[in-house]
Amino acid sequence: MAKAKNNTIKLSFDTQYAPAPESKSSAKIEAKYDLFINGKFEKPSSKKYFDTINPATEEKLSEVADANAADVDKAVKAARVAYDKTWSKMPAKERAKYMYRIARMIQERAREFAVIETLDGGKPIRESRDIDVPLVANHFFYYAGWADKLEYAFPNKKIAPLGVAGQIIPWNFPLLMAAWKIAPALATGNTVVLKPAETTPLTALKLAEIIQESDLPPGVVNIITGAGATGAAIVNHPDINKIAFTGSTNVGKMIQKAVAGTDKKVTLELGGKAANIIFDDAPIDQAVEGIINGIFFNQGHVCCAGSRLFVQESVYDTVLRKLKDRLESLIVGDPMDKNTDVGAINSKQQMENIHKYLKIGEKEGLDMYQSNCVLPKKGYFIRPTLFTNVAQSSRLAQEEIFGPVLTIQTFRTDDEVIEKANNTAFGLSAGVWTDKGSKIFNLATKLRAGVIWANTYNKFDPTSPFGGYKESGYGREGGLHGLGAYLIN
Amino acid sequence: MTRLEVLKTYKIYIGGQFPRTESGRYYTPKNKAGQAFANICLSSRKDFRDAVVAARNAFGGWSAKAAFNRGQILYRIAEMLEGRKAQFIDELIKQDSTTKQAEAEVNTCIDRLIYYAGWCDKFQQVMGSVNPVASSHFNFSVPEPTGVVAIVAPQQTSLLGLVSVIAPVIAGGNTCIVLASETKPLCAVTFAEVLNSSDVSGGVVNILTGKPGELVKYFADHMDVNSIIYCENDVETKKLIQEKASLNVKRVVLYDKIKWNTDEAETPYFIMDTQEIKTTWHPIENIGGAKAGY
Repeated sequence: MAKAKNNTIKLSFDTQYAPAPESKSSAKIEAKYDLFINGKFEKPSSKKYFDTINPATEEKLSEVADANAADVDKAVKAARVAYDKTWSKMPAKERAKYMYRIARMIQERAREFAVIETLDGGKPIRESRDIDVPLVANHFFYYAGWADKLEYAFPNKKIAPLGVAGQIIPWNFPLLMAAWKIAPALATGNTVVLKPAETTPLTALKLAEIIQESDLPPGVVNIITGAGATGAAIVNHPDINKIAFTGSTNVGKMIQKAVAGTDKKVTLELGGKAANIIFDDAPIDQAVEGIINGIFFNQGHVCCAGSRLFVQESVYDTVLRKLKDRLESLIVGDPMDKNTDVGAINSKQQMENIHKYLKIGEKEGLDMYQSNCVLPKKGYFIRPTLFTNVAQSSRLAQEEIFGPVLTIQTFRTDDEVIEKANNTAFGLSAGVWTDKGSKIFNLATKLRAGVIWANTYNKFDPTSPFGGYKESGYGREGGLHGLGAYLIN
Repeated sequence: MTRLEVLKTYKIYIGGQFPRTESGRYYTPKNKAGQAFANICLSSRKDFRDAVVAARNAFGGWSAKAAFNRGQILYRIAEMLEGRKAQFIDELIKQDSTTKQAEAEVNTCIDRLIYYAGWCDKFQQVMGSVNPVASSHFNFSVPEPTGVVAIVAPQQTSLLGLVSVIAPVIAGGNTCIVLASETKPLCAVTFAEVLNSSDVSGGVVNILTGKPGELVKYFADHMDVNSIIYCENDVETKKLIQEKASLNVKRVVLYDKIKWNTDEAETPYFIMDTQEIKTTWHPIENIGGAKAGY
């Protein structure tokens, strides 16, 4: 593949970090996992199992049950009984205590979760250890406290749980997305049927073990594994009251269409194509770190990734040079190594999808620059990639790639960049880098996106609502506003 | 010789102008006694598309107006409506209301506009939040308008339903295209005249007359509409709207069980139905150990 000429200064950075692998010993992975229904692990009526592999080595980790429509029905029935007989009747204070207990148990087994998350999904251990798993525990802890305080959340509004929630989550933050879905649903008195993504089911199944140990009443949380057909069976099940989905905009649209004419409530957290905007008065070094974190965090498998960089013309050369330098110092490789910055692409399919976009970029005549890092021989890896000379109409600037690929465009004025940034069907997030407070608030007000990071990027917190405008979906997760997705309104 | 009465031509309202429908079509709704009210524009898909363009163009200005200013404008609409009360009562009576019902309906509409005028600069405080994140960041969430809203107004009333759905949508900074009651369209057109003389910029509210059965599918599948509000309980239509809304992930708002003449039709949660929550993060510099110690 043609590469743009490398103009970067040659760094005398010969010393390599010694390998610092995290131990796998804390991770207990069974050879086979069944479906977690009504408090027990049950064999699937499909009798089928599928493999889940480590994308960094292509080795099989385990096999998990493939739930069919009958299994979904069994899980929904269990959730309905638990809702009617137990969970909706339980004093809210008691509901809260179960959730606090789960939060604590996650904290206790945090390292195990982090290791399995990295093995199953390919994300750097540094991220699963320091970001994903702590946020998971914090999310349960935060929403636990809401359970007996809901009447303060929405003044003068009659509130009640919706019933049984069907929840379908993606593979980029497997355990964190499970927490984002389960915690607010339980706090508000709903019961749950959750389906993790087919490439990353293990941490959700480990969570099922914790839920079992926590003595949460059977059926309150059911976790069933499978692929698209299992998800469709959840969406179409007549006794589900609420669908919460995180994933691609295409599938989100299919879900919105599928539930048309039913009384199911829906919240959708879909794709994004976030603008990350750098003004010439920004602290450039900090901004470059922010760009790197914005697009290469979790290999770019982030719906809110800052995948469209807009640089003010006067600092374009400097930013590009520094970006290329920083790109070269990113450590790409073994996700289990504690020094690794960019881990494995989650699946072969996703890797092929990203390659498809690299080819499109080439075909469109964009200039591509890739890190010269050495990639591991096995596993799914892609070099961190920059594209320059990108038109607003380029497919690379319009479509969500969901990989370590950044497009770079330039601008002169505030109005110009606001218009370019908003010229997308998505509206999940955006970044702004400038030293000028009034400019931040101008941009923060005019960018049509649900999360604005100013002089920072990719920050998450249980108290902070997250969700999109336009085709990035509707409804919020996190914070007070996240409760609204699970209450009758 | 008695003076010949001057009859009013009922036209539609797009971008602050009163054009006839581009289609040249009309229909003639009648009251229970079989008397025709007037020739009413039978709006077309093209009229709707023109109205969406007008609403989109007006969105930036309207949503950027100071909330206080929007409140003043909504109050101004109420003032104008009060001043033209007699005309609305006449039209309501023509459309089968009793005098008492007509007066009550107009009064409720005026009061409702004032109710929402007051919310314009308050709902953000009630519905927003400052979020105590664990990291060193200042983080807050505020509601913002979702954009262009297509509304099929409640069909049973001529004025009350129309005002009840428009007010929360524009109070929150959205712009809209509203399809009036098919059988009782007179007050909608007259209300457009009220809007036109109330400092509501052209395009913020666009009012069409015609048949929901014909237009609703275009309301639901237009790619530059962010949200659709439907107020009837027709199962097939609700399904059609929800299906077509998925094309661009429109927010579908159904008010199929609201009693518009009661207080349940006045709530800031109706404003929130066409709002998005935006969350902004900014780092807090934390150098040195100084703490407020007094």
